[in-house]
Amino acid sequence: MLFFLETVVSGLMAGVMYSLVALGFVLIFKASGVFNFAQGVFALFAGLALYDFISEDGWVNHLFGFSLPIWLGIIATMGVMIIVAWLVERLVLRHLVNQEPIILFMSTIGLAYFMEGLGDTLFGSDVKPLDIGLPSGAVDFLLDNFDFYVEKLEIVAAIVAAGLVIILAIFFQKTRIGRALRAVADDHQAALSVGISLRTIWIIVWSVSGFVALVAGIMWGSKSGIQFSLSLIALKALPVLILGGFTSVPGAIIGGLIIGVGEKVAEIYAGPYIGGAIENWFAYMLALIFLLVRPQGLFGEKIIERV
Amino acid sequence: MFYREAGQFKTSYSADQAIFPISQDKYFILGILAIAFFIIPFFINDYWANAILIHFLVYALAAIGLNFLTGYCGQLSLGTGGFMAVGAYTTYKLSTSFPELNLIFIVLLSGGATALVGIFFGIPSLRIKGFYLAVATLASQFFLVWVFNKFGWFFNYSPTGMIVAPPREIFGYQITGPEATPAVRYLFCLSIVTISALAAKNIIRGRIGRNWMAIRDMDIAAELIGIRPLEAKLSAFAVSSFYIGMAGSLYFAVWLGTAEPTEAFDILQSFFVLFIIIIGGLGSILGSFLGAAFMVITPIMLKVLMVDNLNFDPSSAKHIELMILGALIIFFLIAEPHGLAKLWTIIKEKLRRWPFPY
Repeated sequence: MLFFLETVVSGLMAGVMYSLVALGFVLIFKASGVFNFAQGVFALFAGLALYDFISEDGWVNHLFGFSLPIWLGIIATMGVMIIVAWLVERLVLRHLVNQEPIILFMSTIGLAYFMEGLGDTLFGSDVKPLDIGLPSGAVDFLLDNFDFYVEKLEIVAAIVAAGLVIILAIFFQKTRIGRALRAVADDHQAALSVGISLRTIWIIVWSVSGFVALVAGIMWGSKSGIQFSLSLIALKALPVLILGGFTSVPGAIIGGLIIGVGEKVAEIYAGPYIGGAIENWFAYMLALIFLLVRPQGLFGEKIIERV
Repeated sequence: MFYREAGQFKTSYSADQAIFPISQDKYFILGILAIAFFIIPFFINDYWANAILIHFLVYALAAIGLNFLTGYCGQLSLGTGGFMAVGAYTTYKLSTSFPELNLIFIVLLSGGATALVGIFFGIPSLRIKGFYLAVATLASQFFLVWVFNKFGWFFNYSPTGMIVAPPREIFGYQITGPEATPAVRYLFCLSIVTISALAAKNIIRGRIGRNWMAIRDMDIAAELIGIRPLEAKLSAFAVSSFYIGMAGSLYFAVWLGTAEPTEAFDILQSFFVLFIIIIGGLGSILGSFLGAAFMVITPIMLKVLMVDNLNFDPSSAKHIELMILGALIIFFLIAEPHGLAKLWTIIKEKLRRWPFPY
């Protein structure tokens, strides 16, 4: 029983990590209808940039002889992500308005290639340990008293994710920009006609998802170092997305948790019977079976088609 | 000037419906085929065959397959790598279990087996659409690769998990295996691709292809005029997988000779083929070839330029190559979202009016 609980908890924690990436997808999809495949690479890029701002052998240290304190590094990285968002809008999205979704999707894959190559060229492609002082190791209290193993970092990740969702919810519900974002998500034309600038909104929303990518990059980076495979978690976020629905922020969180738990439980309890290592595809199968029942995902808007 | 069809009268329906109604097109294509069949084999060497020509042919075939599904029937699929793996492993199992079976039959049967798998994974498309379907096809990608990795029966329990194409010959010429000459392998691929492309062109012009296009343009409307979505979508998955399976078979048996599932058939393969059809032009057979040529030759040219001429070290050249490729993809999507095939028709239109555009 304890082992089962441990499995579930570690699944939940893994799910939180997936949710962090999925959140960025949802934000962009809601506001601009673009399925941003580059989200995972954004996380990688943000992680690499942060590493270079704050660490001993980063670029900043090489150029100026000192490295930034962590909080300043995070702000500087955020600046980098805003510039990236601005460039993406300026150079890519602006020219592809009104194209079919698949064209936009492919352009984000092109973007992913580009940013991956750029990140590797600028920052080098070896694994970099990111240490911004987040706690690591098991939670001693639970381990001593209940023999229950949970990593501190995972707890931190869960708290950060919860905080992120609350901040985003407040941002979307209470602020002027947030309301404009929701208006754009609802109807581009109507939003334009009441004087909301689509381009500004796009830059903002890409920056926000850049921020989410930064958080995801920090979390994944602290867990397993910043490396190329970080860009592949985008693939893990896809089943999370379709499970939760492309347009729903709570869906991304709950979908992530379901996938995380399902994956771990299936790997441990069903894996041995059919050969193991089923983590690779289980999430997709789960999402697929789920979609057969609800084609729009858990919280997605119902797809209505008219002739 | 160069492209004037004045004076070419059509006097029968069959002439009007010909694949190349304009004689310039016909002679151009025939000329290219003649060069490809009768001249290139005499000059081909190992490097050209492996790095460029067979590489190009295999991906062109896979791209035609994916174009059926994505370009003509509108079902976005990211499972190409998995389906190619099915083709490759069927080829391996058939050629090791039945050594006397003709290689042509093996390739066709590999296509057939892949078609069955494709139909199975196409079933969700009846209920799921758009990006949701794309993610659903990712399930097939990861699941199939896992199956080929996990169950020893598929790779005859070889300790490394690799599959190696056994030497096979047709008409006394060795096609697969280490002793096969590049010219023979090239001609084998070229024949299969040529016949498949011709068949593809005719499938598209026929009833089944038009059903697909109706489904792509609006599935509810198609249903209302009496097209069965079940039939149309599953047949698109079947035919598409058949072609992709043949491509996988050639990819493994003729081009690489050895394969290992996680590397050779990973998700990047699926993206690569998808790029080919998007760059080349969705819903165009010509586009599949143009896109394959672009995606195969550009990285090689970049590599030759950067590593051999500018003396970059290979790993940073690899990263810069990735960057340039990404930028080129975005550039092409912005410049001509309908791909190289559309660019070609624009050029033809220009040539027709030259030198007096009005």
